[in-house]
Amino acid sequence: MELARSLSLFGFGPDGWGSSLLAGTATTLAASFCGLLLSVFLGAFGASAKITGGPTARAIAEAYTTILRGVPELLVIFLLYFGSSAVLSSVAGLFQHQGFIALPGFAAGVLAIGVVEGAAMVEVFRGAFLAVKPGEIEAAKACGMNKLLRFRRIVAPLTMRHALPGIGNVWIALLKGSSLLSATGVAELMRRTEVAAGSTRLPFNFYLCAAAIYLTITVSSGLLFHVAERHYSRGIVRA
Amino acid sequence: MDLQLIGQTILSLLSGVPLTLELSAFAITGGAVLGFIIAIMRVSNRAPLYTTAWLYVQVIRSTPLLVLIFLVYYGLGQFDSIRSSFLWPVLREPYWCAVIALATNASAFAAEIIRGGLLSVGRKEIEAARACGMSGTLLLRRIVIPLAIRQALPAYSNEMVAMVKATSLASLVTLMDVTGIAASIASTTYEPISVFVAAGTIYLIINTLLTRAVKVVEYRLTPHLRPADHGDRLAASEHGVSLR
Repeated sequence: MELARSLSLFGFGPDGWGSSLLAGTATTLAASFCGLLLSVFLGAFGASAKITGGPTARAIAEAYTTILRGVPELLVIFLLYFGSSAVLSSVAGLFQHQGFIALPGFAAGVLAIGVVEGAAMVEVFRGAFLAVKPGEIEAAKACGMNKLLRFRRIVAPLTMRHALPGIGNVWIALLKGSSLLSATGVAELMRRTEVAAGSTRLPFNFYLCAAAIYLTITVSSGLLFHVAERHYSRGIVRA
Repeated sequence: MDLQLIGQTILSLLSGVPLTLELSAFAITGGAVLGFIIAIMRVSNRAPLYTTAWLYVQVIRSTPLLVLIFLVYYGLGQFDSIRSSFLWPVLREPYWCAVIALATNASAFAAEIIRGGLLSVGRKEIEAARACGMSGTLLLRRIVIPLAIRQALPAYSNEMVAMVKATSLASLVTLMDVTGIAASIASTTYEPISVFVAAGTIYLIINTLLTRAVKVVEYRLTPHLRPADHGDRLAASEHGVSLR
């Protein structure tokens, strides 16, 4: 009886928090995925700057990775969330607009976790590109492929194979990092769990439930990455 | 964003540095000790031991630290048995809750690194030690642990930086560490950019110093990897001993 009552708290009934937690999970996934896109973008840029860029580009990429890997994620989230409103409000002030403008918490948060994990992604892509054997690129040149074709057919798939484990780690970090968006009020899984824990006065049950949901997402994305790794490693004979 | 304000803010944030360092130290050492136990369990060949350790590592590593902190800080107070137990004076304090959560989180990551270090100790070294008559704890203390530490240290230094950064979450359970103070200054001065840049600078300095320090320790622990000293080699050749 007691168990049934406590289980119905996580259900979808009138007194259940199931639909709220589910919506939170969707927001968490959306934020992490947008963060992943941004970090892949920044990572590719940063890695190409570090590998083929001139001294200035290299210095910028180096500064980006050094700073972002030495500063807490929470600070970056605070900086972008509160800082963006300061910038936007002063820009709006130039156009005679009075009052307070803020970037939505979701956008600021995605920007923050994307920029932070982008620094990790730079190293992932750089390492993966350097693991592509020069002979493979030379062979493509010998076949008469131009730069674009070479990138699409040879460099990108081979880099991808080496980068996938790293991308998987970054994805997990994004997923866990997205829980910090709750500090700026984004209604993702963690925030919704806080609300449920507060109003039912059962924090242990709800935080444990949140942990289980995060665990489920990481384990299942681990499986997905395993499938992807097998796809990109076909044609490779394992020792 | 003006530099003068950043400079002033850094000065007022310095009062949070001791707390940040304390939490980091607890997390790094607690994580290492706990992680060492887990790693020993993980390399044992008794199924219950290594399955438990494996499960622990998987679960802790895939749970956000914030969930862990809130689970300890808010969650444990839900049970009357804990509230009335002798542990309550400790678990009531956000400080100790943060320490427990940080050390637990660190231990799972440390366990994997230490396990890698333990597995890297060569069979030959262990056989040689056994041939000298060492056994059990003596072998562990004199041979395995020093070699494992040397192997694991570079990877653990990344983990140390991650732990220093992770202590910022303690500010979300009311602790006034560097991030906590920064958030409160930002909310009163309405200068979020300067304040958070100042706080970021402090973390960057701490982490840079920490990585440098580990590099020095690493250098000292690996005399065999350094190129031989010129003076030594001369002295050696004078005595008719060839080094290589």
